Amino acid sequence: MTLLAGADLSRAWALSDRVSLREESFGALVYHHDTRRLVFLKSPTLVDLVRRLDGYDNALAAIDDVIEEAARPRYQRALRDLIDSGVLDGR
Amino acid sequence: MGAESSLRTRFERGLGAPICLTWELTYACNLACTHCLSSSGRRDPRELDTAEALALVDEIAAMQIFYINVGGGEPMMREDFFTIVEHAVARNVGVKFSTNGTRLDAAAARRLAATDYLDVQISLDGIDAATNDAIRGAGSYARARRAMDNLKDAGFGPFKISVVMTRHNVDQLNDYEALAAHYGAQLRLTRLRPSGRGADVWDELRPRAAQNRDLYHWLRARPHVLTGDSFFHLSALGDPLEGLNLCGAGRVVCLIDPVGDVYACPFVIHDQFRAGNVRDAGFASVWRESELFRSLRELGSAGACTSCGSFDACRGGCMAAKFFTGLELSDPDPECVFGHGEDALRSARERPAPTPDHSRRVPLSLSSRR
Ligand code: SF4
Ligand code: SF4
Repeated sequence: MTLLAGADLSRAWALSDRVSLREESFGALVYHHDTRRLVFLKSPTLVDLVRRLDGYDNALAAIDDVIEEAARPRYQRALRDLIDSGVLDGR
Repeated sequence: MGAESSLRTRFERGLGAPICLTWELTYACNLACTHCLSSSGRRDPRELDTAEALALVDEIAAMQIFYINVGGGEPMMREDFFTIVEHAVARNVGVKFSTNGTRLDAAAARRLAATDYLDVQISLDGIDAATNDAIRGAGSYARARRAMDNLKDAGFGPFKISVVMTRHNVDQLNDYEALAAHYGAQLRLTRLRPSGRGADVWDELRPRAAQNRDLYHWLRARPHVLTGDSFFHLSALGDPLEGLNLCGAGRVVCLIDPVGDVYACPFVIHDQFRAGNVRDAGFASVWRESELFRSLRELGSAGACTSCGSFDACRGGCMAAKFFTGLELSDPDPECVFGHGEDALRSARERPAPTPDHSRRVPLSLSSRR
């Protein structure tokens, strides 16, 4: 747990080229080849969001487009976790 | 917890491809460890040849399996060991390979160190030669240590020291930690199961109940120590250990053996848990369509564990441990932390004989241990 506010979601982020992603019925498995860590994307919506980040200069805008309002804070947290674990890299 | 347990239910129902695929490259081994889970020794003449092995790697890559656990037997006994490993890495499939270290000389260490996406684990079942060699054979301690020295000298980075926990080494855990620190290595502890030749020594080598409790607390205090989810039956003692905490056999785990037979997990090499062969229609069709795997993915009944307050943590334990001690799969784990397994063992049926068995018929002499 970090005490900082967390990564800046108003920047451009995308799936790191150090990870492989495999879709599964629950969402997806992501494997980070450097840290050797396996990360679970626990919903197809999150997978969709992560894949679409590429088309945005601002991850918050991607969330606004893809996620309904009430769920946005949850997906902001999810993206920050993915940034912390190196699954997403800044572009 | 809600989200975690629904994810676990998804895992129990199976995935499009395994998370943890073990591929044993050969049954040939130059050691003869008393607890060998695959009863290895003699090479099987039906072993997959190089072309078949490379085609299997291609299929694994196509299934987006992120990494494979390569073992044996002793995988370095295969002449084409590096060809297979380097092909996997080139296809972006990571390799975690287990070795007894006997063939890991300075040149091999340098070649391994130059390969990305490759992890090495060296087996050492005692912190001193006396403890280790009683299980792994005379001289095996010195050779494993030399392999570790070679990796260190080659600048390999953090390799793993892999230990099967027995009643003779649980009390050595702090010394193991110091050894790992000396090499900058990671510790990996796994459970002794009554699989393969392990069935012959399980009663006399398995940790005592008090030692299992010590091990649980030791691991709880060290979440960085790897266990491959081996000890989830001990999670019944309190807060869960690291890992998925479920029996992954046929659900997220499976084994491809040297002749291409697919088993539900590396610890159930037995006809009853054989799902098919990759030579028939490929690995993906076995994984997705085998009757055996489908039935393992149906949520079985909790049997005698239904009324246990710790069922959510322990899930009734390890299927392999039950099967090879003659228990029903709905029985408690033979090492149930509440002692229910000991009760079940008293009324167990006869223990199933291991099939197949590639143990050497003639004991190894020291001069043939090359
Ligand atoms: S009774 Fe069953 S679920 Fe409970 S601790 Fe024992 S093996 Fe695990
Ligand atoms: S049978 Fe035992 S070793 Fe195999 S996946 Fe299940 S719990 Fe693990």
